Amino acid sequence: MDFQLSDDQRALREGIAQLLAGRFGRDRMRAAHDGGGGVDRALWAELGAAGLFALRLPEAAGGVGLGLPESVLMFEELGRALLPGPLAATELAAGAVKGAARGEAVVAQTEAGQPVAHLADADALLVLAGDEAYVLAGGPLRRVLDGARPVRSADPGTPLWRPAALPAYAAEGEPVPGGGARLRREGALLTAAEQLGSAGRSLEEAVQHARDREQFGAPIGSFQAVKHLCAEMLVRTGTARAAVYAAAVTGDPAEIAGAKLLADEAAVRNARDCLQVQGGMGFTWEADVHLRLKRAWLRAGQWLAAADAEEELAAGLGRAEPVGAPRTHVTRHTPRLHAAE
Amino acid sequence: MDLAYTQEEREFRARLREWLAAVLPGLPPRPDPADWPGRRAYDAGWQRLLYDAGYAGLHWPADAGGRGATPTQHLIFLEETERAGAPYVGANFVGLLHAGPTIAAEGSPEQRARWLPPVLRGDEMWCQGFSEPGAGSDLAALRTRAVRDGDAYVVSGQKIWTSHAEVADWCELLVRTDAAAPKHRGISWLAMRMDAPGVTVRPLRTLAGSTEFAEVFLDEVRVPLAHRVGAENDGWRVTMVTLSFERGTAFVGEVVACRRTLDALAAEARRTGRWDDPVLRRRLGRLAAEFQALWRLTQWNVSEAQRSGGVPGAGGSVFKLRYSHARQELYEAAAEVLGAGDALDLDREWVRDRLSSLSYTIAAGTSQIQRNIVAERILGLPKGR
Ligand SMILES: Cc1cc2nc3c(=O)[nH]c(=O)nc-3n(C[C@H](O)[C@H](O)[C@H](O)COP(=O)(O)OP(=O)(O)OC[C@H]3O[C@@H](n4cnc5c(N)ncnc54)[C@H](O)[C@@H]3O)c2cc1C
Repeated sequence: MDFQLSDDQRALREGIAQLLAGRFGRDRMRAAHDGGGGVDRALWAELGAAGLFALRLPEAAGGVGLGLPESVLMFEELGRALLPGPLAATELAAGAVKGAARGEAVVAQTEAGQPVAHLADADALLVLAGDEAYVLAGGPLRRVLDGARPVRSADPGTPLWRPAALPAYAAEGEPVPGGGARLRREGALLTAAEQLGSAGRSLEEAVQHARDREQFGAPIGSFQAVKHLCAEMLVRTGTARAAVYAAAVTGDPAEIAGAKLLADEAAVRNARDCLQVQGGMGFTWEADVHLRLKRAWLRAGQWLAAADAEEELAAGLGRAEPVGAPRTHVTRHTPRLHAAE
Repeated sequence: MDLAYTQEEREFRARLREWLAAVLPGLPPRPDPADWPGRRAYDAGWQRLLYDAGYAGLHWPADAGGRGATPTQHLIFLEETERAGAPYVGANFVGLLHAGPTIAAEGSPEQRARWLPPVLRGDEMWCQGFSEPGAGSDLAALRTRAVRDGDAYVVSGQKIWTSHAEVADWCELLVRTDAAAPKHRGISWLAMRMDAPGVTVRPLRTLAGSTEFAEVFLDEVRVPLAHRVGAENDGWRVTMVTLSFERGTAFVGEVVACRRTLDALAAEARRTGRWDDPVLRRRLGRLAAEFQALWRLTQWNVSEAQRSGGVPGAGGSVFKLRYSHARQELYEAAAEVLGAGDALDLDREWVRDRLSSLSYTIAAGTSQIQRNIVAERILGLPKGR
């Protein structure tokens, strides 16, 4: 067992981090959010050219042929950079929607009862309905848009739409091979990875501020109340990271549900604690932390929300024979205990 | 990132599993928790079985009597013994988990030869005499004095909350050997016999009703100079070695135990119909995520230690913080599963465990102290004034 990043994985993560630092630095990030949100098509295509969406497609299909762990490392960086857009849905649809693999198409995602993010930007819509999943494009997609009304979105990076009843469009969609269960799992995991990156960024920002900002003649990070907020942020991030990486390696549904729960919690709570550490500055529009908090709220409701994840985990409990159940079939000679004295 | 175990590790696990299956059914019944001589004999017997089978001191270096196994093999050992419901380390805790590793790391060849084999065989038990009434979190404020007199120190003072003091043969004792030095500088680490003249043990009753720990009064106790580990007045550094072992590896097996308990809680709730309450069900579901993640975090930390040469890092504090709170949450949920009718019944194991879980955020460094460590040593925030 060697549950640490391999050299290749480190290099891959470095690569995407550098690409994002160069093409989506703080100014671009702010511009994307202050300008009403939406998908930056040029950047989307650049990410596609770098192989981000095709990472898990087989090489024969023009992909990179890597696995979930690699995608998770990429999505962690996307979350850290706060890149807007339906990233997970586009990655998942890379094999099913033309142009998605190269970042030339934007694929939004929806399920009953949820508003749709980036509907107006989308070239295709991935619809999850229980164990089924299908893709809408062209005319049917336009009809969904025509029947939808815009929501005034709390997340300035994510325009939201409320569509008319979705099941009505089901017959018009193309079924996605593999079905809804796999998509939901993998979507939940990739989204958890974005949450993890966001939690890590909030921690870094809080620690930086705690070192720089002085009150009472000392850096606020020397005050224990502030220290303890930061320490808890690290504990949340570290625990969520172990959960998300392990889930990426095993692909186990219950493990993915747990990873989504803990990553959602880490992203939301870390953003709130970061805001607290930044004080009045943190409550302004200029500070970035509110953007991360709002996005974290959005992601927490997508793919697998807390209530469903908890129910899924609970379903696996208390059924099997307990692991430590006494074994009665052993008949072999057993050594006696020695007395101590 | 690889969670698969190597061929060698899988074989090790299989052999261990086979051995446990053969040995465990032959164990005598566990003694009553209040029967200290009985508990000592039981814990010593279990340690001897491990020793004879080659599982004692698994991850200690070979020249300290250990098997030189990898941290991963040690992890497998803890996982499998806990899964199989094998006895807990019990009164061997201090000897195996921190006095022993400290002597292995800091002791002279004579000291290693004198003290380590009896620990591994279960012949000698240790306790930890660090805390004092006036020195808990602020451990370096300790006042127990040791004055040189010929070839011995003469030690006077008082220790408190000393776990297993009643059955220990030896005590890892922190004393002040230079009263004039700054408080971290004048401390030494001694090995003291618990039956030496001048040592008085007075059991303290815990809130769980048990006598897990005691006050230890020291009245002019003679401790040979040769029983000092490390240089005189260098005891604080030696202590930091001890504590890194305590926090880094001490709780690993318990995560497995908590996962088993959680499963048993769910089975009980299904049996009694409380499972129909979605709030309780979801609470248990969240705890499943918690203990799953703590297990993965353990594997992460062990893999990291393995790559860096085996020394547990400050990551142990991250684990201890999260784990100690999760364990308390687990037993809060247990009380809810039991319901008002049974939640105060001391004959229920979960009720007793709920009480003892209250110590987890205090013992081995409180949560507040752990947060200070994480903030200052990992995040590099400035020291408080
Ligand atoms: C079950 C159990 C077994 C134990 N076994 C042993 C043993 O075998 N050997 C041994 O030597 N000791 C043992 N201890 C003692 C244990 O290590 C101490 O209780 C612990 O370190 C806390 O010290 P204290 O009790 O003096 O609390 P205090 O230090 O008085 O702390 C009281 C409260 O103040 C807080 N506090 C103190 N300082 C700070 C600070 N700087 N910043 C923020 N908050 C602070 C603490 O977090 C705590 O909430 C045991 C304790 C328990 C509960």
